[in-house]
Amino acid sequence: MTSYIFRRLLQAIPVFLGSTFLIFTMVFALPGDPLLALFGDKTPTPEQLAALQERFHLDQPFFARYFIYLGDLLQGDLGTTFSGQSVNEILMRTFPNTLRLALLAVFIELIVGISFGLIAALRKGGIFDHATLLVSLVLISMPVFVLAFVAQFFLGIQLGWFRPTVGPGAPWSDLILPAIVLAALNFAFTLRLTRASVIETRQQDFVRMAFGKGLSARRVVPVHVLRNSLIPVTTNLAADFGILIVGATVTEGIFNVPGVGAELFKAINRHDSPEVVSIVTVLVVIYVLVNLGIDLLYGVLDPRIRYVK
Amino acid sequence: MSSKNSIRTMPRYVAEVDEGGLGAVDAVRVSERKSNLWLDAWRDLRGRWMFWASAVFIVFILFVALFPTVFTEVPPNANCILTIQTQEQAEEFGLPIGTKVSNHGPIAGHPMGFTKLGCDVFSRVIHGTSTSLSVGLIVTLLTATLGILVGAFAGYFGGWIDSLLMRVGDIFFAIPYVLAAVVIMSIFLKDRNIWVISLAIGFFAWPSTARILRSEILRVRNSDFVMASEALGLSKARTMFTHVLPNSIAPVIIISTIGLAGAITAEATLSFLGVGLPNNVYMSWGNDISAAQSDLRTNPMTLIYPSIALSVTVLSFILLGEVVRDALDPKARALR
Repeated sequence: MTSYIFRRLLQAIPVFLGSTFLIFTMVFALPGDPLLALFGDKTPTPEQLAALQERFHLDQPFFARYFIYLGDLLQGDLGTTFSGQSVNEILMRTFPNTLRLALLAVFIELIVGISFGLIAALRKGGIFDHATLLVSLVLISMPVFVLAFVAQFFLGIQLGWFRPTVGPGAPWSDLILPAIVLAALNFAFTLRLTRASVIETRQQDFVRMAFGKGLSARRVVPVHVLRNSLIPVTTNLAADFGILIVGATVTEGIFNVPGVGAELFKAINRHDSPEVVSIVTVLVVIYVLVNLGIDLLYGVLDPRIRYVK
Repeated sequence: MSSKNSIRTMPRYVAEVDEGGLGAVDAVRVSERKSNLWLDAWRDLRGRWMFWASAVFIVFILFVALFPTVFTEVPPNANCILTIQTQEQAEEFGLPIGTKVSNHGPIAGHPMGFTKLGCDVFSRVIHGTSTSLSVGLIVTLLTATLGILVGAFAGYFGGWIDSLLMRVGDIFFAIPYVLAAVVIMSIFLKDRNIWVISLAIGFFAWPSTARILRSEILRVRNSDFVMASEALGLSKARTMFTHVLPNSIAPVIIISTIGLAGAITAEATLSFLGVGLPNNVYMSWGNDISAAQSDLRTNPMTLIYPSIALSVTVLSFILLGEVVRDALDPKARALR
């Protein structure tokens, strides 16, 4: 196990360096004056230009600049926005809200997705199976903002079950509706994966064996079938997380959740590129770390994976 | 090598040819219908209504994208007016002078009403089709080409080339492609067009295609027919192109069909976020949905029509991907 952890950690290092380098290159090596591109349609004042020259060390060669940027990043300095706010402070303020929203969304997604997937698999070919597959197809084909507006309009405005936008302080009760929307994005994948995995596990010899020695379905399904079927569902959480990041940006913007995604949404609309780049970098680093964590978890859950080179 | 030598030294016993019984089993019946993966898949697809429904609908969308003027004569961007001011306009719209056209409901000739800026919603929905489909197709071609090249090289050469290419793929895979496209698009502020947005999406979306093709090649490379082709003296490259690649391409086709739906969604999401295509040049459903969101309470239909168009288009490609997956992948069929 130790060698597996070590190997996986080693693999994460080039990914971290490479992805930050890619983001850096995208901003500073694409054609056009990077500073003017940063300002977009705004005209920078000479002071701002000078400050940015200083901030991004534009007098230095390209690779030297990357290492300065990397050094700042590793020290946790994410720079400032156009208006001079520290990106660190913005993230400190907004991150807890996003974390709560994401946790709530993953919780709903796993509970509903796994239980529906299990029922669909146990009654394969039945009405419930067909209905959930149909619903999951419809959910997959709806882009997140369409889903968000549909939820906001019908559940929030028409039926009045939830507040259409999140109130000050973002209480848990207000986060339920955006969390349902976020959960719905990945619900279909969790459901189908659980279903496929349970159907496959049910045909395994150890399940037949468990039934053969007289255990009841009540014991075999949760202990033998479900537990072994959840391994692919767990690994899929890594892929889910990528969708969750993009989904959170849109959902938080629409529901006015004071989170990292909404901040990114606002920064994009203000054409505040330094802030966009900082937030995207942070999100990518978190994404890499989450992937690493889930891979390690996978190694714990499925010992076979540790020995695969 | 050693196995060849050992065969040579082994005494050989050649059994007499059995004309009846087992011989009949081995015989190839020339008159029988040919069968391979693609023919089997086609026979499976042919009998399924989901395939025909999605295929017919996709052909219909393609027709709308190519010939939008067949469906609407109203230009999508020109002639947008906020209020009716002249007698001419009053006659054209059939509404009295002074009526607000902005966010007006449907009238004759304008079946879906008007946007906030007084543009015809139906015309914008129809003309938005070609934008969505173009981006979807370009991105899919790009990711398939890059993915097949990288995946085939990695799977074919193996060794350090494989490791290097896959680690590069990991790096691109570590950045969610919509997020990467957001960064690229916020730099290309001035000259955004269909090509730029397609490159921005496709440039980070290829690693999943490469990974799938590579693992499929590694699986197929160990098959008996590959060994047979090498034993017959075919070069490694020839074996690769005539035997390995055609037999590993099925998952790429599946992921590309579903990826096309993903690319259409990505374009709409970018446009919705405000880093997509310029509103005044391209009709984009994402832009229209974004523009309509402030009037969600008073005029929800302006938002709902492009949303339906977008969702149904994405759904038809996902459905096609699903049935093709069922047809090409027997394992998926067993789970059905």
